[in-house]
Amino acid sequence: MSELDVAKIRKDFPIFTRTIRDGKKLVYLDSGATSQKPQVVIDAEVDFYSKNNAAAHRGAHQLAEEATEAMESARQIVADFLGADVDEIVFTKSATESLNLLAYSYTSLITKDDSIVVTEMEHHANLIPWQQLAERTGATLKWFEVDTEGRLDLSSIDQVITEDTKIVALTHQSNVLGTINPLEAIVARAHEVGAVVVLDACQSVPHMPINVAQLNIDYLTFSGHKAVGPTGVGVLWGRSELLEMLPPFLFGGSMIETVTMTSATWAPAPRKFEAGVPNMAQIVGLGAALNYLSKIGMEKIFHHEVELGAYLIKRLSTIEGLRIIGPQHMQARGGTVSFTFGDIHPHDLGQYLDAQGIAVRTGHHCAWPLTRKLGVAATTRASLYFYNDESDVDALVDGIIGAKKYFGRS
Amino acid sequence: MELDALYQEVILDHYKHPQHKGLQPTYDAQVHHVNPSCGDEITLNLSLAGDSISAISWDGVGCSISQASVSIMSDLVIGKSVNEARVILDNFVELMQSKGLKTGDPVILEDAVSLAGVSKFPARIKCALLGWMAYKDAVLAASTK
Repeated sequence: MSELDVAKIRKDFPIFTRTIRDGKKLVYLDSGATSQKPQVVIDAEVDFYSKNNAAAHRGAHQLAEEATEAMESARQIVADFLGADVDEIVFTKSATESLNLLAYSYTSLITKDDSIVVTEMEHHANLIPWQQLAERTGATLKWFEVDTEGRLDLSSIDQVITEDTKIVALTHQSNVLGTINPLEAIVARAHEVGAVVVLDACQSVPHMPINVAQLNIDYLTFSGHKAVGPTGVGVLWGRSELLEMLPPFLFGGSMIETVTMTSATWAPAPRKFEAGVPNMAQIVGLGAALNYLSKIGMEKIFHHEVELGAYLIKRLSTIEGLRIIGPQHMQARGGTVSFTFGDIHPHDLGQYLDAQGIAVRTGHHCAWPLTRKLGVAATTRASLYFYNDESDVDALVDGIIGAKKYFGRS
Repeated sequence: MELDALYQEVILDHYKHPQHKGLQPTYDAQVHHVNPSCGDEITLNLSLAGDSISAISWDGVGCSISQASVSIMSDLVIGKSVNEARVILDNFVELMQSKGLKTGDPVILEDAVSLAGVSKFPARIKCALLGWMAYKDAVLAASTK
């Protein structure tokens, strides 16, 4: 079975020592929303505040030097993790901010004759910023549709990505369906017409090896908190020549080169995009998180999730009345599985599971156009990570069967 | 067990056999409310006869709490005066905000006291209030028509 020693890994995460709802063991199947944190990440934040706290890139004292060093070391860790250059890593407060930064910065570069392409399976964070950019500029918003299996329909790729397309923004792995999108054809077509490809990698960077050069994309974003890192830190990676050309989004301290009362010039990227004192402790925590993931091995994490995902789908498929929303087999798919269950509403199922100590997500998962397209008002979602094992899946399956009995009474 | 306090038989009964569900073609006001965090939706039609609520009909999708709550609410306020219904609404909102410390006045709230357990689950309060807030909007719209 898996190469990972999950029992040993779980000892790294203090939250697994607590219990839920009257002494139940915690079965955490909501890592798609946020991951749990290993002690090394918690320690990294505490250490920064306890030993090195000062405003990075400001001040002429030892603490400021140490804070700067800690933050810039983390930038190098992120760059190495993605196979990128260190100056291509911009720290934001979230992936949502990264995507808004891009959409705002592109405002002056987009006209009403241009088009922006997204997909029907985007999280609201990778839909609304582009929708609003189109609204501001008069550009046309177009999208790839999703088929009944939860895959992108690329049959009309040449009609969706056209000569006027400037930006193609899509998710790497759907936060609802678990679908891993094929990038090669999309990237090739986008570059053929001179468009940039923006990859929302929130659900892929934490779960599989990612190399931005191999993917041949132009921008990538992910959030720290889904990758066992702290909340309050996101990453935007962009090709250096693009970051150089792109105007800044937030203005203020430390993103400037010179300032007069009436004008300013900008520091080179990435500083140009990092106005204000950054979330240093969180950035340092993210560095610790990515080091932790690297030590376990992203290849092993991905294999573990694919194996466990296959087990989850196999077990869910045996439950009468349960319908998996999304790909039914593990090809080009990760360990996030959405489903409906007879006439038990996801909120009620989620509440019952919670009473058994099982944490799942219910609702439209911030992807309302997608759930609408698939004809479901809401789903229940179980999302796996490397600290889950078969016992978590078994608990979920027992819980679902228990819910049927519970709500079928009277 | 707290789960049983949440899912009382009365609630599951109303969920399986919702009252006044199915929109009537005539009404004085129609409102549409959504719960953006979970996608629950309700459309509610309301008619007034003078000062009294002569009819409520509704349609919607949602969890057992939201669906049962609107069913119970409809049963309760149809035939009441607008002022009587306001007292019921105020009592219900207070019960929902009570963090499990109140049981509700059965004389005023009747079946709606079965939703008292919801107040212990912060994420579910808005489910229980969805239909009631739709009613509140609808009666205001119908009164000012």
